[in-house]
Amino acid sequence: MQIHRFGPALALLSIVGATTTAFGQSDLPPPVEARQHHMQLYAFNLGVLGDMVRGNTDYDAALARAAADRLAALAELSQVGYYPDGTSASEIEGSRALPLLWDERENYDELTGKLADAAAQMASVAGNGLEAVQGEMQALGQSCGACHELYRESDD
Amino acid sequence: MNIGWPIGAAVLVAAAGAAWILSAPSPLPRAAIAGAAGDAQAGERVFLAAGCASCHTAPDAEDDGPPVLAGGQRFATSFGTFVAPNISPDPEHGIGAWSDYDIVNAVMRGVSPDGRHYYPALPYAAYNKADPAEMMNLVAYLRTLPASDTPSSAHELGFPFNIRRSLGFWKLLYLRDDWVLQDAPTPELQRGRELVEALAHCGECHTPRNALGGLETGAWLTGAANPSGEGRIPGIAPGTLDWSDGDIAAYLTTGLTPDYDSAGGEMVAVIDKLAQLPPEDIDAIVSYLNAVPSHEDAG
Repeated sequence: MQIHRFGPALALLSIVGATTTAFGQSDLPPPVEARQHHMQLYAFNLGVLGDMVRGNTDYDAALARAAADRLAALAELSQVGYYPDGTSASEIEGSRALPLLWDERENYDELTGKLADAAAQMASVAGNGLEAVQGEMQALGQSCGACHELYRESDD
Repeated sequence: MNIGWPIGAAVLVAAAGAAWILSAPSPLPRAAIAGAAGDAQAGERVFLAAGCASCHTAPDAEDDGPPVLAGGQRFATSFGTFVAPNISPDPEHGIGAWSDYDIVNAVMRGVSPDGRHYYPALPYAAYNKADPAEMMNLVAYLRTLPASDTPSSAHELGFPFNIRRSLGFWKLLYLRDDWVLQDAPTPELQRGRELVEALAHCGECHTPRNALGGLETGAWLTGAANPSGEGRIPGIAPGTLDWSDGDIAAYLTTGLTPDYDSAGGEMVAVIDKLAQLPPEDIDAIVSYLNAVPSHEDAG
């Protein structure tokens, strides 16, 4: 009884604690946080599909479809406001977005559109079996690289 | 005293003469390609593995259709800025008028048709280990590509790096035509070695260099400073990379890491090409990387 009563409260406390810590450790402006979290959502959903392709997990049609649908939706979301002036890698620590992105915003948006196309293509076949997912993985992965090639600072 | 001056002068002249001889270009023996007829279809595979288009297409080139090797991409290094030349089949501005031998000699020995040294920004320090017959296939493929009449631009290098003759000494010091991995007992390992050490010239970026730009083969593929000055190029030798075989193969075709981050920078263009190779070539690269001696990160 007591556990049940306090359980939700404790869970809530731990979530608050975790988020405060997360925000406390980072001095990044909210748009930088937002775009980096957007990227993490891509990575998580790519991982669901990629782990099936790599044989790390079994193919699961429902999971694959959900992940691909989310990728397609994420890629369609507007990124207006994600890249305000003063938030490039050369201006703030913790950003890896190269200044070139601001100069070539049109091309960035075009490449994001290509990612959306690849994700939509994956979503249309992700429920059809492992081979179908395998067949689209290369185009999907390479659409990530097309942008990182130009606009993301290399690792250090 | 009277006799010292002429002797000193003679020594200087002799030293200059020796330097001139030592720094002379060492061309490929013509017999190396005698009787080899290039196969353009096989040459496309060499072209993809060697990544020619990654540097020699124009900076604003479109991805669709056969690559136009018009040149013009700029590579800023600590020695100065190199500008990739036009190597399309245009007879005036490209290499259309060159003989097959001229092209193979340029790629494998870093020597121009008029007998001058090329800078090792052209990775002949790796291509020199390739099979000349494969290079003839590459030549046949290059001749099928569209011509471009874009003139090549000169490199922008300061003294002393602008003295091409001095590259003769660099070649004497650092050009090696033996394999780093001496022991490759299986055909798969031999193919992997040909891909990694020669054609795909992985060591050119993933192996550290000394102050004169010579590769430190004792730290083979252990990671290096990025020649563009930003960030580091990761190690890919065992001990510096702990990915599974499946992760490496997937990365080389999709660009996705085990954490589902993606490749960036120069590696994206490399993956675009490697992903078009047959799967057995990717497997051969993985086998080779497993066979490289283990190292701690060169730091």
